[in-house]
Amino acid sequence: MAVLVIAEHEHGTLKGATLNTVTAAAACGSDVHVLVAGHNASGAAQAAAKIAGVAKVLHADGASLTEQLAENVAAQVLALAKNYSHLLFPATAHGKNVAPRVAALLDVAQISDATKVISADTFERPIYAGNAIATVQSSDPIKVITVRTTGFDAAGSGGSAAVESIPAVDDSGQSSFVGREVTKSDRPELTAAKIIVSGGRAMGSSDKFNEVLTPLADKLGAALGASRAAVDAGYAPNDWQVGQTGKIVAPQLYVACGISGAIQHLAGMKDSKVIVAINKDPEAPIFSVADYGLEADLFTAVPELVKAL
Amino acid sequence: MKVLVPVKRVVDYNVKVRVKSDGSGVDIANVKMSMNPFDEIAIEEAVRLKEKGIATEVIAVSCGVAQCQETLRTAMAIGADRAILVETTEELQPLAVAKLLKALFDKEQPGLVILGKQAIDDDCNQTGQMLAALAKLPQGTFASKLVIEGGFASVTREVDGGLETVKLKMPAIVTTDLRLNEPRYVTLPNIMKAKKKPLETLKPADLGVDVAPRIKTLKVGEPPKRGAGVKVPDVATLVAKLKNEAKVI
Repeated sequence: MAVLVIAEHEHGTLKGATLNTVTAAAACGSDVHVLVAGHNASGAAQAAAKIAGVAKVLHADGASLTEQLAENVAAQVLALAKNYSHLLFPATAHGKNVAPRVAALLDVAQISDATKVISADTFERPIYAGNAIATVQSSDPIKVITVRTTGFDAAGSGGSAAVESIPAVDDSGQSSFVGREVTKSDRPELTAAKIIVSGGRAMGSSDKFNEVLTPLADKLGAALGASRAAVDAGYAPNDWQVGQTGKIVAPQLYVACGISGAIQHLAGMKDSKVIVAINKDPEAPIFSVADYGLEADLFTAVPELVKAL
Repeated sequence: MKVLVPVKRVVDYNVKVRVKSDGSGVDIANVKMSMNPFDEIAIEEAVRLKEKGIATEVIAVSCGVAQCQETLRTAMAIGADRAILVETTEELQPLAVAKLLKALFDKEQPGLVILGKQAIDDDCNQTGQMLAALAKLPQGTFASKLVIEGGFASVTREVDGGLETVKLKMPAIVTTDLRLNEPRYVTLPNIMKAKKKPLETLKPADLGVDVAPRIKTLKVGEPPKRGAGVKVPDVATLVAKLKNEAKVI
């Protein structure tokens, strides 16, 4: 049976997390289909058809799917589910919102945050903030999985799958969309960035956070991240939080400034290729995962670094 | 309006768990256990709704071993009025918990269920959404703000890239994110008061729910270790290393 990937998209553009999910799907079965459920999202459907390894794109277009409400998207997936052995969602805020709803309606368990596909029914996933890795086997007829995107490479391009239109579900009438406050930024998205500059409690204030870290992020073309302590203190917006319960990132370079390195933070960034830690506390746990540790006051070291780059 | 708040007993936030050498799981013998932090936020939110006169009763629920009573007492010390323990020594997976909660939802008929978005032990992030599906109710997950008005719950959600607000027809299911509120400290008089509040114990069979696990854990292992890095003396050395050794800039 075929494997279905539920695409993540926005304003007609396919989001990168979909590509990693396709790679995970290809490890579960050879016949990979992608569902693009949205409104005026044909751009995303066309982009999905060009992903290498995708055999078919199902495109549901309807007003009920405009705002990606969980109730409607889950119903859309459910309408197709019986034809598939696996349903894979990226483990993004959207995927995490919808996938368990689908699993429960199918009366199957869900495997959250899969980081490795061992066989069609066996997967690896982190537990306890990544301090342990569980190998789990599902006995359910349909496997519902959310995919931790940092565990899989992005699928390439060069595919030419057919796009098939399918009817969109009706609106559930139970929920409605009110509004969205999107953080406006010219920077790369945190989960897709090649370089991330991240700040912790030691930044001291929102003004200092921006004043010190923005020039470094600009110079490196980096995304900005933060520890939970910095977010809780109001130095950085919520969606910048990297960690167990925030975003899981694995950039080429992660620069941690004034971050002590609580296990919950490490859980979100320890798969980064190269980690740099700048901290004046020689005992800070962040140094135990850093490839390069600089024991210094960040308020002098970071500006110096900007100048040296 | 009744508010139902499920709470989970988990290994304390500050404990770094160790993997057992036989690969069967993590060692939780003699480890400090606490209420899952997201569930504490859920209880706090429900109690605030009661203090505002919106909720009439806050019912805390836990599913698991007998020691979950301690977690329920904590919930009642924060301000829950009564508690229900669904007691079992079986391993409970999110789908099974969602089914138990659905049965309790039918029994208690709350207007709102507030859950933590994820438990910090299995990191699943499933139970709230599953309960919403089983009860055929709308969901507002990862909430950073909750407003109840005229039979609707407006939930501001933490999503990738910012915040989103949805309006749910009640009854509804809400799951909490970290910024929803800051739970109060539990005071000694309230701990004493909580000891006298009613705590009912049920078995999964009383609710007619099959809790058999669907997912088998074959092995639990250590994550790959990062090799220890080096300390660099100054910024110039750091830049040189990043350019020539790591080649990332």
